[in-house]
Amino acid sequence: MINSYRIALAGNPNTGKSTLFNALTGLRQHTGNWAGKTVSLAEGTVKHKDKTYQIIDLPGTYSLFSNSVDEEVARNYIVFEKPDVTLVVLDATSLERNLNLALQVLEMTRNVIVCINLIDEAEKKGININERILTRKLGVPVVKISARNKIGFPMLLDTIDRLVSGTIECNPVQTTYSEEIEEKITTIESKIRSLVGNSISSRWLALRLLDGDEALLNEFNRRLVLNDQVRREA
Amino acid sequence: MVKSNKISLFQGKKGNLIKISSISLEGVMRRRLLDLGFVPGAIVEVIKKSPLGDPIAFRVSQTTIALRKEESMKIEGELVNHD
Repeated sequence: MINSYRIALAGNPNTGKSTLFNALTGLRQHTGNWAGKTVSLAEGTVKHKDKTYQIIDLPGTYSLFSNSVDEEVARNYIVFEKPDVTLVVLDATSLERNLNLALQVLEMTRNVIVCINLIDEAEKKGININERILTRKLGVPVVKISARNKIGFPMLLDTIDRLVSGTIECNPVQTTYSEEIEEKITTIESKIRSLVGNSISSRWLALRLLDGDEALLNEFNRRLVLNDQVRREA
Repeated sequence: MVKSNKISLFQGKKGNLIKISSISLEGVMRRRLLDLGFVPGAIVEVIKKSPLGDPIAFRVSQTTIALRKEESMKIEGELVNHD
């Protein structure tokens, strides 16, 4: 479909991803105030200006290092299914905890929008968030919203629109590690790039391999075999 | 006078604030704890202990998380004074 884009919602448990999903799509995916509620992927669509967006609600996780099935589902979607935009939903009232996942996503993929939800709750608690400073530091657009009260939606949709149409470009900040790790990344990164091309961040993959992420390696092999089969059958 | 006040999270008393200095765990459990906010430099509060002293609930980056003795013994830090 032309002018159709896939937007994945990622974030910690209980940050309002499903509330945002429902508010955008008009669907009634079950929302609830407990962790681990979204176990499979829910999909819905929203139209804005001349474009159609397919919204995918990923399971809420604190991390994307495949410690559990939900994390694996979310990670595989972001890395292998490559949504046009990954919307990282953060809880404005506990940014410190939430930014961990945001930084992980920024390492994995380029087109990211950080969406700070529950902004009205935060303001009630006297928390003021300067989204312009955050945008500058993270290298991706940061938008403040309240999914429950539909605050900030025009800004969010416009930001998505400008990102997919190429009016704005993301330059996600990359975490710098110790000298030893950085050296090892440099050693294997070019080799990784020659194997997987530019479809997956070679820096991220290098880090995962250095961390000994065998589950990811297995996932890779599985997908390579599948691709081969598809090619042979074609 | 410098006095060493290094303790494990398990040794903390209710109400203690402990600044984490090291996590002697490996693999998935280490990763998980880091994701939950048990990172070096973070200040953790001992909220309460279960009747038998294990598990213990800690306050870490604005959330309460309970840890078993197996894990809390392996996280070390320094006592921080309340002020």
